[in-house]
Order: sequence, then structure tokens, then C-alpha cells
Amino acid sequence: MPPVAELAPPKDGACNGGVNLAEAMTAGEAEIARVMQICNACRYCEGFCAVFPAMTRRLEFNAADTHYLANLCHNCGSCLYACQYAPPHEFAVNVPQAMAKVRVRTYQDYAWPRAFGKLYGRAGLTVAFALSGGLALFMILAIAMNGRLIHEPLAGNFYAIFPHNFMALLFGSVFGFAILALAIGVVKFWREVSPTKDGHPADIKAAAQARMPAVAEAVTDVARMRYLGGGHGEGCNEGDDAFTLWRRRFHHFTLYGFLLCFASTCVATLYHYIWNLHAPYAFTSAPVILGTLGGIGLIIGPVGLLWLNFKRDAMRGDVKQKAMDRGFIMLLLLVSVTGLLLLMLRDTRFMALWLAIHLGTVMALFVTLPYGKFAHGIFRSAALLKFNIEKRMPNRLGLGGE
Amino acid sequence: MPDVLVIGGGNAALCSALMAREAGASVLMLESAPKEWRGGNSMHVRNLRCMHDEPQDVLVEAYPEEEFWQDLLKVTGGITNEPLARMVIRHSSRCRPWMRKHGVHFQPPLSGALHVARTNAFFMGGGKALVNAYYRSAEELGVKIRYDSPVKSLEIKDGQFVAAITESGERITAKSCVLGCGGFESNLEWQREAWGQNERGEWTAENFLIRGTRFNQGVLLKFMIDAGADSIGDPTQAHCVAIDARAPLYDGGICTRIDCVSLGVVVNREAKRFYDEGEDFWPKRYAIWGRLVAQQPGQTAWSIIDQKAIGRFMPPVFDGTKANTLEELAQKIGVDVATFMETLNAYNAACQPGTFDHTALDDCRTDGVVPAKTHWARVIDTPPFTAYPLAPGITFTYLGMKTDETAAVRFGNVVSSNLFAAGEMVAGNVLGKGYTAGVGMSIGTAFGRIAGANAAASAGHHHPTFEEEFAYAAGR
Repeated sequence: MPPVAELAPPKDGACNGGVNLAEAMTAGEAEIARVMQICNACRYCEGFCAVFPAMTRRLEFNAADTHYLANLCHNCGSCLYACQYAPPHEFAVNVPQAMAKVRVRTYQDYAWPRAFGKLYGRAGLTVAFALSGGLALFMILAIAMNGRLIHEPLAGNFYAIFPHNFMALLFGSVFGFAILALAIGVVKFWREVSPTKDGHPADIKAAAQARMPAVAEAVTDVARMRYLGGGHGEGCNEGDDAFTLWRRRFHHFTLYGFLLCFASTCVATLYHYIWNLHAPYAFTSAPVILGTLGGIGLIIGPVGLLWLNFKRDAMRGDVKQKAMDRGFIMLLLLVSVTGLLLLMLRDTRFMALWLAIHLGTVMALFVTLPYGKFAHGIFRSAALLKFNIEKRMPNRLGLGGE
Repeated sequence: MPDVLVIGGGNAALCSALMAREAGASVLMLESAPKEWRGGNSMHVRNLRCMHDEPQDVLVEAYPEEEFWQDLLKVTGGITNEPLARMVIRHSSRCRPWMRKHGVHFQPPLSGALHVARTNAFFMGGGKALVNAYYRSAEELGVKIRYDSPVKSLEIKDGQFVAAITESGERITAKSCVLGCGGFESNLEWQREAWGQNERGEWTAENFLIRGTRFNQGVLLKFMIDAGADSIGDPTQAHCVAIDARAPLYDGGICTRIDCVSLGVVVNREAKRFYDEGEDFWPKRYAIWGRLVAQQPGQTAWSIIDQKAIGRFMPPVFDGTKANTLEELAQKIGVDVATFMETLNAYNAACQPGTFDHTALDDCRTDGVVPAKTHWARVIDTPPFTAYPLAPGITFTYLGMKTDETAAVRFGNVVSSNLFAAGEMVAGNVLGKGYTAGVGMSIGTAFGRIAGANAAASAGHHHPTFEEEFAYAAGR
């Protein structure tokens, strides 16, 4: 019989994968498989989130399963504080931490182009380079195209500094690349963990029927950030076993702030090309109002998330990812702060300077979208969609029917 | 000096502390464990058995008082106290709003546990989440909590509590006291002595594993019995289930359960079957298998299944021993191959044709083999075969202090006016033997709350809503 020690976590961090496993697993994946085998025999946390119901549909956990579960986990922490097997118990079950370590690996492994996945491992440096590069680029461009950064007031006419088509082409292509890279990554992820991977005809039919309601529910889950509410609606844990809804609220500010800014850009594009209305737009115009509200959301949200990130129990998650988390949060914050300042300074001599600074930070955000924390929203949404399809499919396990 | 001293730190103690504090008493709680191990066995619990006359949030259909009582009567074989049992049952029907108020969340029954969807309300996150919520609420209400504070004895004068003496020698006085510090299950020495030697000369309890906390050493239970408190219960009676023999000595909790007994056969070290594996639904039988295994040579056994059973039971925490033939399996688990094959062949030959249905008491049974398997008897013939080693797993012991509907401790049948007991320390009043899932929490919550309210009352603080709710539970 295998010794009890097999259930204990690997000592000295050595790779323990591949012993009983058909395919070689990384140490992180093997840790999820180990922990899930314990959780699957307990199941007390089933009501907290989607991870545990997804777990109960499986008896064994291969690498693809671990990638799926890792991205389904929202790191709310409920299961850690509720766990009878958490450290100091010898089983040392720490689901959020095991999931976090693999989650970042999935961003890396599914990144496109593949080589760029390495940037996740140097998240602080990546953000620093992107930011300094973006700032330098626009400062140089502003000077090259206008000869100076300080100028007579131009009544907010950005296009006097950078022509509209130049900006549209530059940001359009960078943003387009980011979307493409993320899409390729998430499609690779989806194929590996597809609910119909085994190809049972019944599964394929059930999945086809499930698709639309599953999409609707997944969109709702994301829009409401359902799993940041804990199963009971009182929220996540942060520093200890107390629940708080602030993480969900700050995520809402951030997400909807981001979407409002995006909407502002879309409306401005319509104004420009369809109605032939050109910037600068008045303070009371739709693009400015949407952008301002979005900018405010992108200040409140990231500041709050940063505060929670500093407060969070180190037992939770993977401390090595703090640079990635905070780098992304800081970029969002810089974009919103510089954007709002630009709005305030657009009629002054400093418009070109602030425009260059703002565009530099936006560029840094855009180029790092597929290689930074932004990816979590994409991969988690995909995992939620998979979960919502899978739960509508027949369960092949007949346990507990009695 | 606090009004009420609560000794213990699990569900019953917390219920007492919360009730006493709600009544306005100042409360000091002494938990013997360090903070990370707080909560005694309550950190491992799963649910609360609940009477209800109609569907209630997570509970489906109805589970009336009479049915609950009949279930209890059946598992205890009549060794119970009907008025106290009915009080616990009625209390369970009304206590959940109070539990919610203190932060306990309930969730729908777990997948794989649908058989108790009607009778048991599951704690979201399990017992540790419940314990965390109670501690948080207690701290917010101003209950003083001290961890790492084991108590070694009490000062009792004429049946009245005077003071508690901690292991470190500190003397703590209070107007009244609640003892909620558990049975003696973690005390291996005491278990060994209680179970004694069997006819093979083995010390029966030596192979026992303790499913819960290591802190229930029974120090105050022993002290109280020695001090002349009226006791109740047989020290060998306990909530005792068959668990995986590879489980840790303490705190293996729920996940070490082996739930495939009714889907296969169980053989002892001598490779012989010894009990009807299909006598009744597993949730109604799991609590007798610990004792059955304890009676086998070496206090060990093997649960044997074939491929047909895989995926039909809660997945065990440890991988089983697998083999492609039964002979190979016998070799791998180290039992006599010839006897094992004889046992399995006799069982397989005795299986009658039938329609297998694990959700009903089906007609798959054996004919002509002893012991018979009366349901779900299917030929064990489809490789791979799997074996799980079993050992007795003690959840908690039933030896405790005799009490009544006030939760008061008694000396020579005289009721103490300021010393109360709750939880495992009084569970034996209701559970003479046997067990049914979730009833430990029904008992702990009822006596915990009653003891807390009465301890506060004896210190001059009356709980605002206690009278009404408990009059109902007490059937007045």
C-alpha cells in the first residue's frame, strides 16, 4: 500500500510528478491533482464556487483538468479558511495557492507567440520596459513631429500634436494584435480542456444544446462577478476568515470603468467616421462623459484592488505573482490618472506633454495585455463558460445515488 | 471574575459562550488547543440533523419529530433517554435562525450525499467554517477567548463550581461554569484500558485511529467522574466507523472514509468475510463497521471491489491497491491467497441473478454463503480489482456526565446550580450506542445553548428569548 506520505506535499519543492501519472505533470499540476484527490473525498466546500462542483465530475485529474480548475478558481480564499486539512494539518491542503501557481503557468504556456509567455515570469520588468518604452516613444514622437512638448494653448486639439489617422492606426494595430494574441491563447486553452474532448456523441449533442444557455449564464457570472461573492453572497476573504464584498466591488469599478473607457473610444470613432464630428469634444459630449466616468472607475477600482493586494494573507495565492498583479493595477491607474489630467490640462500649454504621457501609458497597457494580468479575465471567462456547458451535460459518475 | 467560565472551544462550548453573552453575562472561554487547531471535533463536522415539518431552505420535504425519534431509537437499540432525545430533536427544528445570526451558512447537500438531503442541513465549508463564524461572532460580542489554556481540574464545593485550575496552575473563579471540552477519544491510554485485551491477547484499541482532534484527552471528564459526578455511558461505545488504515492518527476527518463496502466484499486478515456488506443502505450502516473491524484479528480488514464499482461511491482519499487478477490482489495485500480465493469463489458462486440498483434495497443477494450478502451482491469478476485497507476510526466517545433538560451536572443525583455540561460530555445521555449522521451536532447545539443560557441565569443574567424557544423544545 502506498505510504501516507504520498498525500503529504512534496518536500523541498522537488518535482514529484510523473510517478502515477500517464502524462508527465509539472510539480504545480501534480500538487493540484494531489489536493483535488483530498478535496474530492471531502467536498465540504462545494457551495463556495464552481471549482468544487467541477471537481466532483472527475475521479482523476490530468494536466488539462488542472489548467481548467486553476482558471475557474477566483482565489476568494473561502476554502482555505474553511479547510480542516489546511496547514498545519499534515495534508497541507491550500487550494487557492495550488491553483494560483498553475494559473500563471497557463497564461505563460498558452501565450502567443509562445516565446512571449516568458514575459509573465518577469512581470515587473515587462511593465517597466513597456511603460518606459511607451513614454519615450511618445515624447520622441511629439518632439519629432512638433519640435517641442510645451506650446501655446491649442483648445484641446490633440490632432494638432498627433494626427488622428496616425493614432488610430498605431493604437488600432497594437490593440488588434493584443486581441489576436489573447484569442489564439484562449482558443488553445479551450481546445485542450474542451467539454467534448472525449468525443462521445451524446456529449457532443448535449454540449450543443447547452451552448446558448451556458453562454448566457457565463456572461452573467462574469458581469456580476458571481464567484467573488462566496457561495453565501458575503464575499471573499482578504486578511483572515472574515468575509468582505470589497474585492468584488473594486473589480466592478475596474471592469466597468475599463468598459466605459472602451465605449468612449467606440463612440468617438463613430463620431469621427460616421457623423464626421471631430475632437476635441465638449465636456458634456458622450465620449467625454463616458471616458470621465470610466476614468473615475479606473481610479477607484485599481486603488482599492491595490490596497486589498497589500492586505491579503500571504498564505493565499502565490507571492511571486505580486509583481504581475501590482504592475497591471498600476498601469490601469496610470492610464486613468493621466487621462483625467489630460482632460483637465487639454486647454493649457501642457497638453502635448500630457498627451504624450497618457498615450505612453496606454501603449504600455495595450502591449502588455496579452502578457500580463489582463489575461486572467479572458481565461477565467473561458473556464466559466466551460463550467456552464459541462454542468449541463450528463454526469458519467453514479456515486451517491442512494 | 467573569460571570460564566466556558471550558472548551468546539461547537457546544461556543454555543454556550454565545448564549451566555447574549444574556448579558461576561464570559471567558478557555480553549486547550492553540488557535490554528481550535474547535475540537467541530472543525471536522459536516452537517446538522434537523427535524422539519415542511421544506426549509436547504432541506427538502419533511422530517417530522416522530421519524427522527424512530431513527434514533433504531440506531441506539433503545439505549437512549426519550425526553432528552425529543428535546434535542425539537430544538433542531428551531435553532438554525440563531446559527445563521452568528454567521453560519448552510448549503445544499453535497453531491454524493443526496441520501441525507431530507434529514441533514449541511454547513457551507463544513465545521471549520462554522467554528470560524462562531469565534468571530463571540469576539465581536465581547466574549474573552484564551487559546492554549488546558484546564486540569476544578474546585468544587458541595456540588457547586468555585474555580478552574489550568495546567499552568492558574486559578480562575467564576459565578458559573460550562464544561464543553469533549470526550476522551484522543486519549489512547484510556482507550486501551477501556477496550482491554481480546481473546487473542491483542489490545483491541491499539489499532484505533482518531478521526478528530488530538486535544480531547478527557482530562476533565476523568476529573469529574473521580469527583463523584454522576456518569453515563459505556467507555467502549463511540461513534466508530471503518476508515482507511493509512489515515493519520489524528484529524483524518471525513476524507478517510471508505464508502465502497456495500459495493463489494470485506475480508479480514485471514481472508474471510465476516458480516453482511449489503445489509442496508451504506449511510445507515457505516457507523457499525468500525466496531465490526475492531472485532477482527489485528483490528483490520480489506474492502474489495471490482471495476463495476468504480465511480459509484465517494472517491477515497488514498489510492487503493490494484491488480488484474484476484490472486494477484491477495498477494499484494498480503493475505493467504488460497483462503482469499476460496472466500471470493464461494461468494461469487452464491450471487443470485438480479437487477442491480444501488439506490434501492435491490434483489441482488447471495444464496448459500455465510455470512450472506443480502443486497447489491454482484459477482466480483471484472478487472482491475481494488482493495482498501480498513481500520476502526473513532469519532467521539459516549462516556459522559448524566444530565437532564437543564444541562446541569449532578452529584449523587443532586443537581448542581452553577455547573453545566454540553456536547460530547453529555452525548451519552442520548446516544447509548450507534450513530446517525449529524446527530452529534444536534446534541451539541441543543445542550450547548441550554447550558449557556442556564449558566448565565445562575449568574443572574436572563437570556431574552431563551424561555420561549426552550419551552417548545422541552415540550412544555
